[in-house]
Amino acid sequence: MSERKERLVTPQSAAASGDLGTVVEKPLSLWERLYGRSVLRKIAVLIFLAVLWEVYARWLDNPLLFPTFSATVEAFYDGIMTGGLPGRAWYSLRILVTGYAIGIACAALLTAAAISSRLGADFLDTLTSMFNPLPAIALLPLALIWFGLGQGSLVFVLVHSVLWAVALNTHSGFLSVSNTLRMVGRNYGLTGPSYVVRLLIPAAFPSILTGLKIGWAFAWRTLIAAELVFGVSSGSGGLGWFIYENKNQLEIPSVFAGLFSVILIGLFVENVIFRNIELRTIRRWGMQS
Amino acid sequence: MEQPLLEVRGVTLQYKTLEYLVTATYRVDFSVLRSDRFVLLGPSGCGKSTLLKAVGGYMQPVEGEITLKGRRVDRPGPDRMMVFQEFDQLLPWKTVRENVMFPLVASGKFGKADAQVRAAHYIEKVRLSKFADNYPHTLSGGMKQRVAIARGMAMEPDILLMDEPFAALDALTRSKMQEELLQLWDDTKFTVLFVTHSIGEAIRIGNRILLMSPHPGQVRAELDSVARESWAGVEAKELENRIHAMLFSESVEEPVANV
Repeated sequence: MSERKERLVTPQSAAASGDLGTVVEKPLSLWERLYGRSVLRKIAVLIFLAVLWEVYARWLDNPLLFPTFSATVEAFYDGIMTGGLPGRAWYSLRILVTGYAIGIACAALLTAAAISSRLGADFLDTLTSMFNPLPAIALLPLALIWFGLGQGSLVFVLVHSVLWAVALNTHSGFLSVSNTLRMVGRNYGLTGPSYVVRLLIPAAFPSILTGLKIGWAFAWRTLIAAELVFGVSSGSGGLGWFIYENKNQLEIPSVFAGLFSVILIGLFVENVIFRNIELRTIRRWGMQS
Repeated sequence: MEQPLLEVRGVTLQYKTLEYLVTATYRVDFSVLRSDRFVLLGPSGCGKSTLLKAVGGYMQPVEGEITLKGRRVDRPGPDRMMVFQEFDQLLPWKTVRENVMFPLVASGKFGKADAQVRAAHYIEKVRLSKFADNYPHTLSGGMKQRVAIARGMAMEPDILLMDEPFAALDALTRSKMQEELLQLWDDTKFTVLFVTHSIGEAIRIGNRILLMSPHPGQVRAELDSVARESWAGVEAKELENRIHAMLFSESVEEPVANV
Protein backbone atom coordinates (compact mmCIF):
# COMPACT_ATOMS: atom_id res chain seq x y z
CA MET A 1 0.00 0.00 0.00
CA SER A 2 1.28 3.45 -0.80
CA GLU A 3 1.91 5.76 2.11
CA ARG A 4 2.00 8.78 -0.12
CA LYS A 5 -0.45 11.56 0.46
CA GLU A 6 -2.14 13.70 -2.11
CA ARG A 7 -0.60 17.08 -2.54
CA LEU A 8 -2.31 20.29 -3.63
CA VAL A 9 -0.26 23.42 -4.07
CA THR A 10 -1.55 26.93 -4.61
CA PRO A 11 0.91 28.92 -6.69
CA GLN A 12 2.56 31.48 -4.44
CA SER A 13 3.67 34.92 -5.42
CA ALA A 14 7.22 34.35 -6.65
CA ALA A 15 8.35 37.91 -5.99
CA ALA A 16 8.01 37.31 -2.26
CA SER A 17 10.42 34.38 -2.14
CA GLY A 18 13.38 36.23 -3.70
CA ASP A 19 15.30 33.44 -5.47
CA LEU A 20 15.69 32.41 -9.13
CA GLY A 21 11.95 31.97 -9.44
CA THR A 22 11.58 35.73 -9.31
CA VAL A 23 13.10 36.19 -12.77
CA VAL A 24 10.04 35.95 -14.94
CA GLU A 25 11.34 38.51 -17.38
CA LYS A 26 14.46 40.60 -16.94
CA PRO A 27 16.17 42.87 -19.49
CA LEU A 28 19.60 41.67 -20.63
CA SER A 29 22.65 43.77 -19.84
CA LEU A 30 23.82 46.36 -22.40
CA TRP A 31 26.81 44.22 -23.41
CA GLU A 32 24.64 41.13 -23.91
CA ARG A 33 22.24 43.13 -26.04
CA LEU A 34 25.01 44.65 -28.17
CA TYR A 35 26.72 41.31 -28.63
CA GLY A 36 23.42 39.80 -29.70
CA ARG A 37 23.24 42.10 -32.75
CA SER A 38 24.99 40.59 -35.75
CA VAL A 39 25.48 44.02 -37.37
CA LEU A 40 27.62 45.18 -34.47
CA ARG A 41 29.60 41.96 -34.40
CA LYS A 42 30.30 42.32 -38.12
CA ILE A 43 31.39 45.93 -37.72
CA ALA A 44 33.84 44.80 -35.06
CA VAL A 45 35.26 42.23 -37.49
CA LEU A 46 35.60 44.93 -40.17
CA ILE A 47 37.46 47.26 -37.82
CA PHE A 48 39.81 44.46 -36.87
CA LEU A 49 40.55 43.74 -40.55
CA ALA A 50 41.19 47.42 -41.30
CA VAL A 51 43.66 47.68 -38.44
CA LEU A 52 45.40 44.49 -39.56
CA TRP A 53 45.67 45.89 -43.10
CA GLU A 54 47.10 49.21 -41.93
CA VAL A 55 49.69 47.58 -39.70
CA TYR A 56 50.83 45.09 -42.34
CA ALA A 57 51.06 47.75 -45.09
CA ARG A 58 53.10 50.07 -42.89
CA TRP A 59 55.40 47.25 -41.98
CA LEU A 60 55.76 46.25 -45.66
CA ASP A 61 56.28 49.91 -46.61
CA ASN A 62 55.78 49.42 -50.36
CA PRO A 63 52.90 51.63 -51.56
CA LEU A 64 53.28 50.35 -55.13
CA LEU A 65 52.50 46.78 -54.15
CA PHE A 66 50.30 47.21 -51.13
CA PRO A 67 49.17 50.68 -50.07
CA THR A 68 48.04 51.32 -46.53
CA PHE A 69 44.41 51.35 -45.49
CA SER A 70 44.54 55.09 -44.90
CA ALA A 71 46.01 55.75 -48.37
CA THR A 72 43.26 53.64 -49.88
CA VAL A 73 40.60 55.50 -47.95
CA GLU A 74 42.15 58.76 -49.12
CA ALA A 75 42.18 57.58 -52.73
CA PHE A 76 38.63 56.43 -52.28
CA TYR A 77 37.65 59.84 -50.96
CA ASP A 78 39.43 61.59 -53.81
CA GLY A 79 37.84 59.20 -56.24
CA ILE A 80 34.41 60.08 -54.96
CA MET A 81 35.10 63.81 -54.88
CA THR A 82 37.02 64.33 -58.10
CA GLY A 83 37.85 61.04 -59.81
CA GLY A 84 34.38 60.20 -60.95
CA LEU A 85 34.12 57.02 -58.90
CA PRO A 86 30.36 57.46 -58.30
CA GLY A 87 29.86 57.95 -62.03
CA ARG A 88 31.76 54.74 -62.77
CA ALA A 89 29.81 52.85 -60.14
CA TRP A 90 26.56 54.23 -61.48
CA TYR A 91 27.56 53.15 -64.99
CA SER A 92 28.27 49.61 -63.78
CA LEU A 93 25.09 49.42 -61.74
CA ARG A 94 22.93 50.60 -64.60
CA ILE A 95 24.18 47.85 -66.86
CA LEU A 96 23.88 45.38 -64.02
CA VAL A 97 20.26 46.24 -63.33
CA THR A 98 19.42 46.01 -67.04
CA GLY A 99 21.00 42.57 -67.31
CA TYR A 100 19.50 41.44 -64.00
CA ALA A 101 16.01 42.50 -65.02
CA ILE A 102 16.19 40.86 -68.44
CA GLY A 103 17.64 37.73 -66.82
CA ILE A 104 14.77 37.53 -64.33
CA ALA A 105 12.21 38.06 -67.07
CA CYS A 106 13.71 35.21 -69.10
CA ALA A 107 13.82 33.04 -65.98
CA ALA A 108 10.13 33.77 -65.37
CA LEU A 109 9.27 32.71 -68.92
CA LEU A 110 11.29 29.50 -68.66
CA THR A 111 9.85 28.61 -65.27
CA ALA A 112 6.33 29.32 -66.48
CA ALA A 113 6.93 26.87 -69.32
CA ALA A 114 8.41 24.41 -66.85
CA ILE A 115 5.42 24.34 -64.51
CA SER A 116 2.81 24.21 -67.23
CA SER A 117 4.07 21.08 -68.95
CA ARG A 118 6.37 18.18 -68.38
CA LEU A 119 8.20 18.91 -71.61
CA GLY A 120 8.79 22.46 -70.41
CA ALA A 121 10.26 21.10 -67.19
CA ASP A 122 12.60 18.84 -69.13
CA PHE A 123 13.54 21.76 -71.35
CA LEU A 124 14.45 23.92 -68.36
CA ASP A 125 16.23 21.03 -66.69
CA THR A 126 18.40 20.30 -69.71
CA LEU A 127 19.23 23.92 -70.40
CA THR A 128 20.11 24.61 -66.78
CA SER A 129 22.35 21.61 -66.43
CA MET A 130 24.09 22.58 -69.68
CA PHE A 131 24.58 26.27 -69.04
CA ASN A 132 24.77 26.56 -65.26
CA PRO A 133 28.32 25.20 -65.03
CA LEU A 134 29.46 27.49 -67.86
CA PRO A 135 31.01 30.65 -66.42
CA ALA A 136 29.31 33.64 -68.00
CA ILE A 137 32.64 35.31 -68.65
CA ALA A 138 33.56 32.45 -70.99
CA LEU A 139 30.85 33.70 -73.31
CA LEU A 140 32.36 37.17 -73.51
CA PRO A 141 34.50 36.56 -76.63
CA LEU A 142 31.44 35.26 -78.42
CA ALA A 143 29.33 38.11 -77.13
CA LEU A 144 31.88 40.59 -78.46
CA ILE A 145 31.51 39.11 -81.93
CA TRP A 146 27.72 39.10 -81.75
CA PHE A 147 27.06 42.40 -80.05
CA GLY A 148 30.25 44.36 -80.53
CA LEU A 149 32.29 46.31 -78.05
CA GLY A 150 29.75 47.85 -75.71
CA GLN A 151 26.80 47.48 -73.43
CA GLY A 152 25.13 44.81 -75.53
CA SER A 153 27.85 42.28 -74.83
CA LEU A 154 27.90 43.09 -71.13
CA VAL A 155 24.14 42.70 -70.84
CA PHE A 156 24.33 39.42 -72.68
CA VAL A 157 26.83 37.86 -70.29
CA LEU A 158 24.90 39.28 -67.34
CA VAL A 159 21.67 37.71 -68.52
CA HIS A 160 23.48 34.43 -68.83
CA SER A 161 24.87 34.67 -65.31
CA VAL A 162 21.48 35.52 -63.76
CA LEU A 163 19.10 33.41 -65.78
CA TRP A 164 20.09 29.88 -64.79
CA ALA A 165 20.50 30.45 -61.08
CA VAL A 166 17.14 32.18 -60.81
CA ALA A 167 15.26 29.74 -63.04
CA LEU A 168 16.72 26.70 -61.30
CA ASN A 169 15.93 27.92 -57.80
CA THR A 170 12.48 29.16 -58.68
CA HIS A 171 11.54 25.91 -60.32
CA SER A 172 12.86 23.76 -57.50
CA GLY A 173 11.04 26.09 -55.10
CA PHE A 174 7.77 25.49 -56.94
CA LEU A 175 8.35 21.74 -56.88
CA SER A 176 8.91 21.76 -53.13
CA VAL A 177 5.65 23.54 -52.30
CA SER A 178 3.82 21.05 -50.10
CA ASN A 179 0.94 19.09 -51.48
CA THR A 180 -1.30 20.38 -48.70
CA LEU A 181 -0.72 24.00 -49.71
CA ARG A 182 -1.39 23.14 -53.34
CA MET A 183 -4.66 21.51 -52.38
CA VAL A 184 -5.56 24.51 -50.23
CA GLY A 185 -4.96 26.81 -53.19
CA ARG A 186 -7.13 24.75 -55.49
CA ASN A 187 -9.76 24.47 -52.78
CA TYR A 188 -10.08 28.27 -52.96
CA GLY A 189 -10.78 27.93 -56.65
CA LEU A 190 -7.43 29.42 -57.68
CA THR A 191 -6.35 28.34 -61.15
CA GLY A 192 -3.84 29.34 -63.81
CA PRO A 193 -1.94 32.61 -63.31
CA SER A 194 -3.73 33.57 -60.09
CA TYR A 195 -2.76 30.19 -58.60
CA VAL A 196 0.87 30.87 -59.50
CA VAL A 197 0.94 34.48 -58.33
CA ARG A 198 -1.12 34.13 -55.16
CA LEU A 199 -0.02 30.71 -54.00
CA LEU A 200 3.04 29.20 -55.69
CA ILE A 201 5.25 32.29 -55.72
CA PRO A 202 4.81 33.24 -52.06
CA ALA A 203 5.03 29.60 -51.01
CA ALA A 204 8.27 29.18 -52.95
CA PHE A 205 9.60 32.59 -51.98
CA PRO A 206 12.50 31.32 -49.84
CA SER A 207 13.93 29.46 -52.85
CA ILE A 208 13.17 32.32 -55.21
CA LEU A 209 14.99 34.76 -52.97
CA THR A 210 17.97 32.42 -52.77
CA GLY A 211 17.98 32.32 -56.56
CA LEU A 212 17.86 36.10 -56.77
CA LYS A 213 20.75 36.40 -54.33
CA ILE A 214 22.90 33.87 -56.16
CA GLY A 215 22.00 35.51 -59.46
CA TRP A 216 22.97 38.90 -58.11
CA ALA A 217 26.31 37.63 -56.81
CA PHE A 218 27.11 35.93 -60.13
CA ALA A 219 26.10 39.02 -62.07
CA TRP A 220 28.17 41.44 -60.00
CA ARG A 221 31.31 39.32 -60.30
CA THR A 222 30.76 38.72 -63.98
CA LEU A 223 30.23 42.40 -64.68
CA ILE A 224 33.41 43.54 -62.98
CA ALA A 225 35.39 40.78 -64.68
CA ALA A 226 33.92 41.64 -68.07
CA GLU A 227 34.67 45.31 -67.58
CA LEU A 228 38.29 44.48 -66.86
CA VAL A 229 38.51 43.05 -70.35
CA PHE A 230 36.98 46.10 -71.92
CA GLY A 231 35.07 49.00 -70.51
CA VAL A 232 35.23 51.62 -73.16
CA SER A 233 32.08 52.62 -74.81
CA SER A 234 31.88 56.21 -75.88
CA GLY A 235 34.68 57.18 -73.54
CA SER A 236 33.21 55.95 -70.29
CA GLY A 237 33.48 52.70 -68.41
CA GLY A 238 32.41 51.09 -65.18
CA LEU A 239 34.22 50.15 -62.02
CA GLY A 240 36.16 47.33 -63.62
CA TRP A 241 37.54 49.69 -66.19
CA PHE A 242 38.39 52.19 -63.43
CA ILE A 243 40.51 49.51 -61.78
CA TYR A 244 42.19 48.56 -65.03
CA GLU A 245 42.97 52.17 -65.99
CA ASN A 246 44.50 52.99 -62.63
CA LYS A 247 46.62 49.89 -62.70
CA ASN A 248 48.03 51.02 -66.04
CA GLN A 249 48.88 54.37 -64.52
CA LEU A 250 50.36 52.69 -61.45
CA GLU A 251 47.86 54.52 -59.24
CA ILE A 252 47.76 51.55 -56.91
CA PRO A 253 45.81 53.20 -54.08
CA SER A 254 43.14 54.02 -56.63
CA VAL A 255 43.12 50.40 -57.76
CA PHE A 256 42.46 49.46 -54.18
CA ALA A 257 39.83 52.18 -53.95
CA GLY A 258 38.13 50.65 -56.99
CA LEU A 259 38.20 47.20 -55.44
CA PHE A 260 36.95 48.75 -52.25
CA SER A 261 33.92 50.19 -54.06
CA VAL A 262 33.21 46.82 -55.65
CA ILE A 263 33.20 45.25 -52.20
CA LEU A 264 31.16 48.04 -50.65
CA ILE A 265 28.44 47.87 -53.27
CA GLY A 266 28.40 44.07 -52.99
CA LEU A 267 28.10 44.26 -49.22
CA PHE A 268 25.42 46.92 -49.41
CA VAL A 269 23.24 44.91 -51.76
CA GLU A 270 23.66 41.65 -49.84
CA ASN A 271 23.51 42.97 -46.29
CA VAL A 272 21.13 45.86 -46.65
CA ILE A 273 18.85 45.25 -49.61
CA PHE A 274 18.52 41.47 -49.59
CA ARG A 275 18.72 41.31 -45.83
CA ASN A 276 15.81 43.72 -45.50
CA ILE A 277 13.77 41.83 -48.03
CA GLU A 278 14.46 38.68 -46.01
CA LEU A 279 13.49 40.28 -42.74
CA ARG A 280 10.27 41.62 -44.15
CA THR A 281 9.27 38.39 -45.84
CA ILE A 282 10.52 34.92 -45.12
CA ARG A 283 11.81 35.61 -41.62
CA ARG A 284 8.67 37.40 -40.62
CA TRP A 285 6.65 34.52 -42.00
CA GLY A 286 8.78 31.97 -40.16
CA MET A 287 9.74 30.29 -43.42
CA GLN A 288 13.41 30.66 -42.53
CA SER A 289 14.91 31.17 -39.13
CA MET B 1 -37.42 11.92 -46.67
CA GLU B 2 -35.26 15.00 -46.93
CA GLN B 3 -33.25 15.49 -50.10
CA PRO B 4 -29.61 14.55 -49.29
CA LEU B 5 -27.06 17.34 -49.54
CA LEU B 6 -24.20 15.14 -50.67
CA GLU B 7 -24.71 11.89 -52.50
CA VAL B 8 -22.00 9.36 -53.19
CA ARG B 9 -23.28 6.60 -55.45
CA GLY B 10 -21.30 3.51 -56.35
CA VAL B 11 -18.02 5.36 -56.30
CA THR B 12 -14.90 3.45 -57.26
CA LEU B 13 -11.67 5.35 -56.93
CA GLN B 14 -8.35 4.33 -58.38
CA TYR B 15 -4.96 5.98 -58.40
CA LYS B 16 -1.64 5.07 -59.90
CA THR B 17 1.62 4.75 -58.06
CA LEU B 18 4.80 4.27 -60.06
CA GLU B 19 4.24 0.52 -60.29
CA TYR B 20 0.66 -0.26 -59.36
CA LEU B 21 -2.85 0.75 -60.12
CA VAL B 22 -4.46 0.89 -56.69
CA THR B 23 -8.18 0.64 -56.10
CA ALA B 24 -8.77 2.83 -53.08
CA THR B 25 -12.51 2.38 -52.77
CA TYR B 26 -14.90 0.01 -54.47
CA ARG B 27 -18.54 0.96 -55.10
CA VAL B 28 -19.07 3.05 -52.03
CA ASP B 29 -22.51 4.52 -51.38
CA PHE B 30 -23.62 6.96 -48.76
CA SER B 31 -25.55 10.17 -48.49
CA VAL B 32 -25.12 13.10 -46.16
CA LEU B 33 -28.09 15.19 -45.03
CA ARG B 34 -27.99 18.86 -44.15
CA SER B 35 -26.46 19.48 -40.71
CA ASP B 36 -25.12 15.94 -40.52
CA ARG B 37 -21.90 15.28 -38.71
CA PHE B 38 -21.03 12.40 -40.96
CA VAL B 39 -17.94 10.41 -40.05
CA LEU B 40 -15.93 8.15 -42.33
CA LEU B 41 -14.26 5.65 -40.03
CA GLY B 42 -11.85 2.90 -40.84
CA PRO B 43 -8.32 1.61 -40.54
CA SER B 44 -5.58 2.97 -42.75
CA GLY B 45 -5.88 1.75 -46.30
CA CYS B 46 -9.66 1.79 -46.33
CA GLY B 47 -9.70 4.71 -48.73
CA LYS B 48 -11.48 7.14 -46.43
CA SER B 49 -9.08 9.98 -47.11
CA THR B 50 -9.11 9.27 -50.83
CA LEU B 51 -12.88 9.34 -50.72
CA LEU B 52 -12.77 12.72 -49.00
CA LYS B 53 -10.39 14.01 -51.67
CA ALA B 54 -12.82 12.83 -54.32
CA VAL B 55 -15.64 14.72 -52.60
CA GLY B 56 -13.26 17.69 -52.50
CA GLY B 57 -12.99 17.34 -56.27
CA TYR B 58 -9.29 16.52 -56.35
CA MET B 59 -9.87 13.23 -58.14
CA GLN B 60 -12.55 11.79 -60.35
CA PRO B 61 -14.24 8.46 -59.68
CA VAL B 62 -13.66 5.83 -62.36
CA GLU B 63 -17.15 4.54 -61.67
CA GLY B 64 -20.14 6.06 -59.93
CA GLU B 65 -20.96 9.64 -59.17
CA ILE B 66 -20.60 12.25 -56.46
CA THR B 67 -23.20 14.99 -56.38
CA LEU B 68 -23.51 17.99 -54.11
CA LYS B 69 -26.96 19.60 -54.09
CA GLY B 70 -27.69 17.59 -57.22
CA ARG B 71 -24.68 19.02 -59.04
CA ARG B 72 -21.89 16.72 -60.06
CA VAL B 73 -18.59 17.34 -58.32
CA ASP B 74 -15.90 17.73 -60.97
CA ARG B 75 -13.30 20.09 -59.51
CA PRO B 76 -12.17 21.57 -56.20
CA GLY B 77 -14.12 24.59 -55.10
CA PRO B 78 -14.87 26.80 -52.13
CA ASP B 79 -18.35 25.31 -51.67
CA ARG B 80 -16.51 22.36 -50.10
CA MET B 81 -13.89 23.83 -47.78
CA MET B 82 -11.25 21.39 -46.62
CA VAL B 83 -9.54 21.20 -43.25
CA PHE B 84 -6.42 19.07 -43.42
CA GLN B 85 -4.45 17.20 -40.83
CA GLU B 86 -1.18 18.97 -41.59
CA PHE B 87 -0.29 22.12 -39.71
CA ASP B 88 1.21 23.66 -42.85
CA GLN B 89 -2.22 24.12 -44.40
CA LEU B 90 -2.20 27.78 -43.35
CA LEU B 91 -0.45 30.16 -45.70
CA PRO B 92 2.66 31.15 -43.75
CA TRP B 93 2.91 34.56 -45.43
CA LYS B 94 -0.48 35.66 -44.19
CA THR B 95 -1.60 36.51 -40.68
CA VAL B 96 -4.44 34.63 -39.01
CA ARG B 97 -6.91 37.28 -40.14
CA GLU B 98 -5.57 37.29 -43.70
CA ASN B 99 -5.63 33.51 -43.81
CA VAL B 100 -9.29 33.48 -42.93
CA MET B 101 -10.08 36.34 -45.31
CA PHE B 102 -8.12 35.04 -48.28
CA PRO B 103 -10.53 32.36 -49.53
CA LEU B 104 -13.49 34.71 -48.99
CA VAL B 105 -11.94 37.31 -51.28
CA ALA B 106 -10.11 34.96 -53.66
CA SER B 107 -13.26 33.03 -54.46
CA GLY B 108 -14.99 36.31 -55.27
CA LYS B 109 -17.82 35.44 -52.92
CA PHE B 110 -17.29 38.45 -50.65
CA GLY B 111 -15.89 41.95 -50.94
CA LYS B 112 -12.97 43.02 -48.84
CA ALA B 113 -15.00 44.84 -46.18
CA ASP B 114 -17.47 41.97 -45.82
CA ALA B 115 -14.64 39.48 -45.63
CA GLN B 116 -13.03 41.48 -42.85
CA VAL B 117 -16.19 41.40 -40.75
CA ARG B 118 -16.82 37.72 -41.35
CA ALA B 119 -13.22 36.80 -40.62
CA ALA B 120 -13.30 38.70 -37.33
CA HIS B 121 -16.55 36.96 -36.42
CA TYR B 122 -15.26 33.45 -37.02
CA ILE B 123 -11.86 34.12 -35.46
CA GLU B 124 -13.80 35.24 -32.39
CA LYS B 125 -15.78 31.99 -32.53
CA VAL B 126 -12.61 29.89 -32.29
CA ARG B 127 -11.37 32.26 -29.56
CA LEU B 128 -8.32 33.52 -31.40
CA SER B 129 -9.15 37.24 -31.59
CA LYS B 130 -6.04 38.02 -29.58
CA PHE B 131 -3.92 36.33 -32.22
CA ALA B 132 -5.64 37.73 -35.31
CA ASP B 133 -2.53 39.59 -36.44
CA ASN B 134 -0.08 36.81 -35.66
CA TYR B 135 1.66 34.82 -38.34
CA PRO B 136 0.92 31.08 -38.26
CA HIS B 137 4.44 30.07 -37.26
CA THR B 138 3.92 31.73 -33.89
CA LEU B 139 0.88 29.57 -33.08
CA SER B 140 0.66 26.15 -31.48
CA GLY B 141 -0.61 23.15 -33.40
CA GLY B 142 -4.05 23.33 -31.84
CA MET B 143 -4.34 27.02 -32.62
CA LYS B 144 -3.36 26.42 -36.23
CA GLN B 145 -6.10 23.83 -36.55
CA ARG B 146 -8.58 26.26 -35.03
CA VAL B 147 -7.59 28.86 -37.63
CA ALA B 148 -8.08 26.27 -40.36
CA ILE B 149 -11.53 25.48 -38.98
CA ALA B 150 -12.40 29.19 -38.75
CA ARG B 151 -11.22 29.60 -42.33
CA GLY B 152 -13.39 26.72 -43.45
CA MET B 153 -16.45 27.92 -41.57
CA ALA B 154 -16.13 31.59 -42.54
CA MET B 155 -16.73 30.56 -46.11
CA GLU B 156 -20.03 29.01 -45.00
CA PRO B 157 -19.54 26.18 -47.46
CA ASP B 158 -22.26 23.69 -48.31
CA ILE B 159 -20.19 21.10 -46.55
CA LEU B 160 -17.02 21.20 -44.50
CA LEU B 161 -14.56 18.40 -45.29
CA MET B 162 -12.26 17.46 -42.44
CA ASP B 163 -9.41 15.04 -43.02
CA GLU B 164 -8.28 13.80 -39.59
CA PRO B 165 -7.90 17.39 -38.44
CA PHE B 166 -6.99 16.48 -34.87
CA ALA B 167 -4.80 13.47 -35.53
CA ALA B 168 -1.54 15.37 -35.18
CA LEU B 169 -2.50 16.96 -31.86
CA ASP B 170 -1.67 15.73 -28.39
CA ALA B 171 -4.45 13.87 -26.58
CA LEU B 172 -5.48 16.70 -24.25
CA THR B 173 -5.68 19.27 -27.05
CA ARG B 174 -7.48 16.79 -29.26
CA SER B 175 -10.18 16.19 -26.70
CA LYS B 176 -10.62 19.93 -26.20
CA MET B 177 -10.82 20.54 -29.93
CA GLN B 178 -13.50 17.85 -30.32
CA GLU B 179 -15.55 19.59 -27.68
CA GLU B 180 -15.05 22.97 -29.35
CA LEU B 181 -16.02 21.61 -32.74
CA LEU B 182 -19.29 20.35 -31.28
CA GLN B 183 -19.93 23.73 -29.67
CA LEU B 184 -19.36 25.43 -33.02
CA TRP B 185 -21.79 22.98 -34.57
CA ASP B 186 -24.39 23.89 -31.95
CA ASP B 187 -23.98 27.51 -33.06
CA THR B 188 -24.32 27.17 -36.79
CA LYS B 189 -25.38 23.57 -37.52
CA PHE B 190 -22.94 23.30 -40.39
CA THR B 191 -22.71 20.07 -42.38
CA VAL B 192 -19.44 18.26 -41.94
CA LEU B 193 -17.87 15.16 -43.45
CA PHE B 194 -15.21 14.03 -41.01
CA VAL B 195 -12.55 11.41 -41.61
CA THR B 196 -10.91 9.62 -38.70
CA HIS B 197 -9.36 6.32 -37.74
CA SER B 198 -10.26 6.72 -34.07
CA ILE B 199 -13.42 4.92 -32.99
CA GLY B 200 -13.75 7.14 -29.93
CA GLU B 201 -13.48 10.30 -31.98
CA ALA B 202 -16.04 9.01 -34.47
CA ILE B 203 -18.56 8.29 -31.72
CA ARG B 204 -17.99 11.61 -30.06
CA ILE B 205 -18.01 13.82 -33.17
CA GLY B 206 -20.44 12.06 -35.45
CA ASN B 207 -24.17 11.63 -35.51
CA ARG B 208 -23.79 9.10 -38.29
CA ILE B 209 -20.83 6.79 -38.86
CA LEU B 210 -19.81 5.05 -42.06
CA LEU B 211 -17.55 2.16 -41.19
CA MET B 212 -15.21 1.12 -43.96
CA SER B 213 -13.05 -1.94 -44.46
CA PRO B 214 -9.76 -1.91 -46.32
CA HIS B 215 -8.22 -3.35 -49.52
CA PRO B 216 -10.12 -2.12 -51.38
CA GLY B 217 -12.16 0.31 -49.31
CA GLN B 218 -15.75 -0.82 -49.02
CA VAL B 219 -18.64 0.07 -46.80
CA ARG B 220 -18.83 -2.30 -43.83
CA ALA B 221 -21.65 -0.64 -41.97
CA GLU B 222 -23.52 2.60 -41.59
CA LEU B 223 -24.51 3.34 -38.02
CA ASP B 224 -26.09 6.02 -35.92
CA SER B 225 -23.84 7.30 -33.20
CA VAL B 226 -25.02 7.65 -29.61
CA ALA B 227 -26.67 10.79 -28.28
CA ARG B 228 -24.34 13.74 -27.79
CA GLU B 229 -24.37 13.82 -24.00
CA SER B 230 -23.72 10.09 -23.56
CA TRP B 231 -20.48 9.93 -25.53
CA ALA B 232 -18.65 8.72 -22.45
CA GLY B 233 -21.43 6.43 -21.18
CA VAL B 234 -22.28 2.77 -21.39
CA GLU B 235 -24.06 3.04 -24.73
CA ALA B 236 -20.98 4.59 -26.29
CA LYS B 237 -18.82 1.83 -24.87
CA GLU B 238 -21.14 -0.77 -26.37
CA LEU B 239 -21.06 0.93 -29.75
CA GLU B 240 -17.31 1.13 -29.56
CA ASN B 241 -17.09 -2.58 -28.84
CA ARG B 242 -19.45 -3.35 -31.70
CA ILE B 243 -17.39 -1.30 -34.14
CA HIS B 244 -14.23 -2.77 -32.75
CA ALA B 245 -15.58 -6.29 -33.27
CA MET B 246 -16.47 -5.49 -36.88
CA LEU B 247 -12.99 -4.14 -37.61
CA PHE B 248 -11.37 -6.94 -35.68
CA SER B 249 -13.19 -9.77 -37.45
CA GLU B 250 -12.10 -8.17 -40.70
CA SER B 251 -8.45 -8.25 -39.77
CA VAL B 252 -8.67 -11.89 -38.65
CA GLU B 253 -10.19 -12.97 -41.92
CA GLU B 254 -7.69 -11.10 -43.98
CA PRO B 255 -4.51 -13.15 -43.43
CA VAL B 256 -6.50 -16.30 -44.15
CA ALA B 257 -7.67 -14.83 -47.41
CA ASN B 258 -4.14 -13.90 -48.32
CA VAL B 259 -2.64 -17.35 -47.75
